[in-house]
Amino acid sequence: MIDALVDVQESTLQTIQGLLRTLMEKGVVDALLVPLRLPAGNVAPALVTDPAVLATGGGADPLAPMMPINAARAASNLTMTGHQEKLGLVLRACEIRALVELVKFQQVSLDNVFIIGVDCLGTYQATDYQSISDKSQLVDELLAGAVTGELEPHEGIEFRDACQMCEQPLPEGDHVALTIGLVGVEAGKVYLKASEDWAEALELTAGDTPPGRASAVEKLIAARTQARDAAFAEFRGRVNSMDGLLQQFSTCIRCHNCMINCPICYCRECIFRTPTFEHESQLYYQWAARKGAVRMLPDTLLFHLTRLNHMVTSCVGCGMCTEACPVDIPVGTVFRTVGQKVQAIFDYHPGRSLEEAAPVQEFREDELTALGKRHHA
Amino acid sequence: MAEVEFEPRIIAFLCNWCTYTGADLAGTSRIQYPPNIRIIRLMCSGGLDPVYVAKALLEGADGVLIGGCHPADCHYQNGNYKARRRVAILQGILEQVGFDPDRVWLRWISASEGQYFADTVTEMVAAIKEKGPNPLKGVGAI
Repeated sequence: MIDALVDVQESTLQTIQGLLRTLMEKGVVDALLVPLRLPAGNVAPALVTDPAVLATGGGADPLAPMMPINAARAASNLTMTGHQEKLGLVLRACEIRALVELVKFQQVSLDNVFIIGVDCLGTYQATDYQSISDKSQLVDELLAGAVTGELEPHEGIEFRDACQMCEQPLPEGDHVALTIGLVGVEAGKVYLKASEDWAEALELTAGDTPPGRASAVEKLIAARTQARDAAFAEFRGRVNSMDGLLQQFSTCIRCHNCMINCPICYCRECIFRTPTFEHESQLYYQWAARKGAVRMLPDTLLFHLTRLNHMVTSCVGCGMCTEACPVDIPVGTVFRTVGQKVQAIFDYHPGRSLEEAAPVQEFREDELTALGKRHHA
Repeated sequence: MAEVEFEPRIIAFLCNWCTYTGADLAGTSRIQYPPNIRIIRLMCSGGLDPVYVAKALLEGADGVLIGGCHPADCHYQNGNYKARRRVAILQGILEQVGFDPDRVWLRWISASEGQYFADTVTEMVAAIKEKGPNPLKGVGAI
């Protein structure tokens, strides 16, 4: 890996657009999945095959602090049934982690695929982002904060819950071909960490990691970790009994949005959308007669408990579930809090490495040996 | 009116090859154990999706017993190891959301352990009696 600092030309965004364009024009990649500014002013991941598009109109905008979907889901569409093109995926850290999990579950293929990671400076809810007219000011504020690692949201709005407690905002791992670094990088520069061939294509001069990066990253992660632990403590204080859990999900309308928008919930046919949960009308009356009442639609809490069982070990904390919830249940906070404890059983870090199997994929004969045995014979 | 003693209702998911056969042996050997258990036979403990355990608990079951072959004895090589991970995950989740994870028991009971099966049920019924009814029992509108 080569470390390099490049000078900003015009603006940080234009510099990044230029880098991406170079990668396409030199044939390092033939196509890019990259956040693209749409005519309506918002940003969404798009597959780009014409380098001119990257800087036309709003162009590619990996810096826009908004995240409509976890783009790892799109990577599944673009890679699973074969493609000739060399594909570059421009992703945030939580999208890269989701991508790694999806590779393990054989929902993404990394053949002919390169990951381009961008330091994430935090994202806003889509509606908050839309409400601010001066989008470039939003980015400028964050870039200014990134220099020291003190990232503050725009006045009057907050970062998404998931971002406030995100302690892994930077792309990490050997699977990342190019890192575009912003945290702890002096104003007017962009830090790049690239594989040797990519560094050559981008004509990078090998240098060092920016001197301020380590301390700025440390400061950012410390602040986020503190916010995360506070959110965990708040959740555990609130949901420490069955009543708390019932409270937490009582407003759920069972729309399944959290599942649909979860990058890890990849099952083509979720058990909750199968005849398993379609019953004869008469059964509902029987259940109501037994208990006095049965909530309609039924199995709301069962849905969340089951989703926890099926995927919390691989939850990457992107918070797309919270964004998708129409009744503002902090689904992502539930999953992160529960996930922390359950992932720790297997010392598993979702999205960290392609080498580690997900906990639901493997077992060891010599683990959890107390389980299944009589407590006192 | 006299207070009726709480009789737990326990749902048991037993693998066909070991624990279910063990339960059968307990029966044919006329070993007595409490009648608080409702058995569902599975081909393998590794085939048990936690959704069914969660469903039983949310519907008011006071306990769930999952029975499988001893480690290294699974009829399908390793289903019991998979079950063990799933139970570890399930119990971890239950604990985090404020539901007593000790209402879910995993036990390795072989086809020859009829007495051990009966003892396990007896033990579990006593332990659940001590805990009292599932707090969700009779809560219809959840």
